[in-house]
Amino acid sequence: MRHVILGNGPTGVVAAETIRKKNPTDEIVIVGDEHERPYSRMAIPYLLEGKIAESGTLLRHDPHHWERTGISLVEARATAIDTSASVVRLSNGDALPYDRLLIATGSHPVRPPIPGMDLPDVVSCWTLDDARKIQDRLRPGAKVLQMGAGFIGMIIMEAIATTVNKTGGKLTVVEMGDRVVPRMMTPEASRLIQAWSEKAGVEILCSTRVTSVATKAGGGVTVTFGDGAARDFDFVICATGVVPTIDYLKGSGVEIGKLGGIVVDARMQTTVPGIYAAGDCTESVDFSTGDFMVNAIQPNAADQALVAGANMAGGAALTRGGLRMNVLETFGLISTSYGQWWGAEGGEHVEEVDAAEFRYIRLEFMGDRVIGATVVGRTHHIGALRGLIQTGVKLTAEWKARLMTDPNKFMDAYLACGQSAA
Amino acid sequence: MSWQRKILRVDLTAGTCTPEDLNMEWAHEYLGSRGLGTKYFVEEVGAKVEPLSPANKLIFATGPLTGTMASTGGRYTVITKGPLTGAIACSNSGGYFGAELKMAGWDMVILEGKSPKPVYLHIENDTAELVDAAEIWGTSVWHTEEHLKKKHQDPLMRVSSCGRAAEQGCLYAAVVNDLHRAAGRSGVGTVMASKNLKAIAVRGTKGVATIRDPKAFMEATKAGKKVLADNAVTGQGLPAYGTQVLMNVINEIGALPTRNHRDIQFEGARDISAEAMAEKRPTDGKANLVTNQACFGCTIACGRISQLDKTHYTVVTKPQYWGASGGLEYEAAWALGAANGVNDLEALTYANFICNEDGFDPISFGATVGAVMELYQMGVLTKEQIGIEAPFGSAQALTFLAEKVALGEGFGREVAMGSKRLCEKYGHPDLSMSVKGQEFPAYDSRGIQGMGLTYATSNRGACHLRSYTVASEVLGIPIKTDPLATEGKAGLVKAFQDATAAFDSAGICIFTSFAWTLADVAPQLQAACEGDWSLENLEKVGERIWNMERMFNNAAGFTSKDDSLPKRLLTEPAKTGPAKGLVNGLDKMLPEYYQLRGWTQDGVPTNETRVRLGL
Amino acid sequence: MMNSLHIDPSKCTGCLQCEMACSFENHGVFATSKSRIKVFDFHSTGRKVPYTCTQCDEAWCMHACPVGAISEDKKTGAKVVNETTCVGCKVCTIACPFGTINYVADTGKVQKCDLCAGSPACAEACPTGAITFVDANWTGLDRMRAWAEKLDTQTATA
Repeated sequence: MRHVILGNGPTGVVAAETIRKKNPTDEIVIVGDEHERPYSRMAIPYLLEGKIAESGTLLRHDPHHWERTGISLVEARATAIDTSASVVRLSNGDALPYDRLLIATGSHPVRPPIPGMDLPDVVSCWTLDDARKIQDRLRPGAKVLQMGAGFIGMIIMEAIATTVNKTGGKLTVVEMGDRVVPRMMTPEASRLIQAWSEKAGVEILCSTRVTSVATKAGGGVTVTFGDGAARDFDFVICATGVVPTIDYLKGSGVEIGKLGGIVVDARMQTTVPGIYAAGDCTESVDFSTGDFMVNAIQPNAADQALVAGANMAGGAALTRGGLRMNVLETFGLISTSYGQWWGAEGGEHVEEVDAAEFRYIRLEFMGDRVIGATVVGRTHHIGALRGLIQTGVKLTAEWKARLMTDPNKFMDAYLACGQSAA
Repeated sequence: MSWQRKILRVDLTAGTCTPEDLNMEWAHEYLGSRGLGTKYFVEEVGAKVEPLSPANKLIFATGPLTGTMASTGGRYTVITKGPLTGAIACSNSGGYFGAELKMAGWDMVILEGKSPKPVYLHIENDTAELVDAAEIWGTSVWHTEEHLKKKHQDPLMRVSSCGRAAEQGCLYAAVVNDLHRAAGRSGVGTVMASKNLKAIAVRGTKGVATIRDPKAFMEATKAGKKVLADNAVTGQGLPAYGTQVLMNVINEIGALPTRNHRDIQFEGARDISAEAMAEKRPTDGKANLVTNQACFGCTIACGRISQLDKTHYTVVTKPQYWGASGGLEYEAAWALGAANGVNDLEALTYANFICNEDGFDPISFGATVGAVMELYQMGVLTKEQIGIEAPFGSAQALTFLAEKVALGEGFGREVAMGSKRLCEKYGHPDLSMSVKGQEFPAYDSRGIQGMGLTYATSNRGACHLRSYTVASEVLGIPIKTDPLATEGKAGLVKAFQDATAAFDSAGICIFTSFAWTLADVAPQLQAACEGDWSLENLEKVGERIWNMERMFNNAAGFTSKDDSLPKRLLTEPAKTGPAKGLVNGLDKMLPEYYQLRGWTQDGVPTNETRVRLGL
Repeated sequence: MMNSLHIDPSKCTGCLQCEMACSFENHGVFATSKSRIKVFDFHSTGRKVPYTCTQCDEAWCMHACPVGAISEDKKTGAKVVNETTCVGCKVCTIACPFGTINYVADTGKVQKCDLCAGSPACAEACPTGAITFVDANWTGLDRMRAWAEKLDTQTATA
């Protein structure tokens, strides 16, 4: 049996290892299109900050890991899938036959349709190569414009700002939305994170759009904003979002959903039998709402890879839907959100804000269950929120009342109601 | 060196918080907690200071073993000049607060002046600030702790605060931490409130990393824990029954002061004993006692957690008291029960909850109620004055007055002044069962003679925790002495007083001394701290501390005349039990005690003594 | 047979010797806040509940780690954080549904119980036998596992 896995990010690697654990003799091939050993994009902010070397971003550190586990790595890009012949066509001209196929090609950054986005001084922050480009441009005193204050934008902000601030430079962030991380955090949490980042010396302009970027004589770029103002920067980092990487699936019969991701069932199988998909490139059921979503986050990638891998290896694993979860660190301020953090109609919530200390928590309830949470400035036992939400722990009236009074007692509530410990 | 070497000085008048280096020279002479805190106090505050004036100071002090793995290493001491006695007041507490303060990086907090408005002190590791407390002023200890944890969104924050009783001027108000652990005696909470300081909220994540020889320390503390575990009192009796194990024992030997010391045996003792706490109630089939609980680092775990009978008259309409909370310890059970002739365990438990909730000393409160009941029986006080009929044995009067003291209402304001002031006001000063203005705890010195000397000479007024000769006279620790004899008690009291001062100053609990002597403490301190912490030196440190406290009191105006006992104990013989016919023989013990101490006949340390101790 | 931590909350007195032992073992300091085992205090019932990682088979933390910094110690079965590899991204902390892998700001890394390589300091320090290190068959892990199965990513026989 030959398993082919397209994509060598965490999804592909975890799935491959899951298959290997169950089937010691099956052939496993991972195809990746970057000229790197499998690495993690999650580690790039730490690379930019100089906390780790490039080798620190590797998904597996043992240099013999791949031979030891009998997983072959192929450097190429998939260009098409011939499902009738069960063959993947590759950019290097090869045709790779498969018995089972996993699509784990993740996502890639998109740039807004604005003049100048193709200039060399406009860079994304997605791949290791992007990181190198940023490092090259982070010269002393650099003035940097970052477009986008979503998840990626916020996690690289610290690395960029601490580097340039030390040398008299400046980081300016523009966000089209009216607040930072709007798709991850409540408005109050966004406000705290923005205030905190501004205190750290970052200029953040919300409800602001860039209308053009042009090369400036003598180096750097001139950026024009929606209000007509123009400012000069040394370079621009574009972090305005990512979309599933699925262009090569045209004509394959693998169904793409309305959100632009690959449709999968509870076994992580696509609409084509024998072809599975997992990670950022899929759209799957949201545990909280029952709707489809593209849940492009690391834990979801690993969870889906485990299910896909188990099924590809002949097991029978099911997902009960993915849970939204995010964790973000900006200049040491850590924020987290889970599930239906924005709340639900007919639900209740409790919110505690300590603006002076940058501490915040909001829990969303539906009846006797917690369905979503947003937390800023607290990390201990944070995972218990996942436990509470995803296992649908029924809160007793007493504990619901306690949480409505003091939501920070969530770990106690989880132990008392979820583990019958109290 | 397991001091953090850092103290926090808080000027409440100016609103400033300033770190200072710990005076290490003093640390080597006075160890920590009680001793070192008192050294700072006597150096900085004049003995004649008015206790409730801004010129008085209030010190929260940890010891070198606080916040470590030494068993019971979680204690802190609150030191000030006491409003109840006018003497040095020094009251220590367990729970978790002391260790948290130490783990935040502080050996001590010195609070001085008076804040222009109610504030609380918020400490998070190195940072400390005074924060407006308008929203918690006028609320209970329980509310304050809950509010601050919620406000700071930190369930792990530890809070030490004073309650409404302190705000209302109750002279025996406590400082309460962790809901039901208290620096309970001598009115240290009253001083806190007088400074407009509602609470100290602390979070310490730095920890104690200053152990001199970690390997030796782990071995020494492990050996110490084994001694505690193998000892019948600390290994079995206290965990199972708590200090309440004493109720029936002390009653049987005829030393349980009953009805304001009119009797020394209580017919209802069993109803309020450890055994009764563990029995299932007929009403709800549950026991009063839910479980035992330890303070930080404690491998004994004598604390009681109790739950009230929901159908009891005190709480039938008050569900806020239905949950488990700090239950009766022996002294509280005695003061709220036998001292008043009340045998209703649930009423005692409720009154104890109220003492915790609003921060006042159940011993002084209960004993004062005993005096009120005697005055009521005599017809000196009436139902109209008190607000309720108050004969001996009335649980209703007890719980009524507890609520009134908590809130500073009605006759509660008079009970809140303590028995000395109350009995003087109503013309019967001899009915106050107190020394230096502080009420007796739960041992009648006619039945346990050494306790008479203990009470008479205690530096903070009548107290069992300054030399617990009960250990020797009743329990045979470290050697059995005859409780009815006066011979040898002067030496026993002196030895206990000095050793206790050393235990207290190390940051550990005096209950360890049921199993430990200073010889067990010495290796733990020696491994933790630089300097000489041999047994000999520890004894000397203890003696030095005792004499320092005494000298402060002398300077404050106390004389040998104040080393006395109420007339009742010296002239009214015990009516029943083994001590029947006996009074306390203080006059036989006191001169010898002065002599052993190296004090003049007037109770003043001689020059020679002072030089010997480096005072 | 591998041993695992057996926790009997009814025996816990709340003394926190376990927390100190843990912080001392792993950080060389007595600091309950740095402990990997945490005692939860339920005031209204008087229950004290020591709580730490059960080294669950699902190992959400391990699978969620983007840099392979968590691995299984074959000898003890513990899921162990390699501090050198951990970049401090905290993804594991949100992935663990038990809340037992936590970020340590001082080190910029995460930490979790690693069973002290086979002789857990917490169990050694516990004075009442509330925490013991015994044959995994006796630890009531089944109950935890049953709970764990409620999580969506648990692979279950369809």
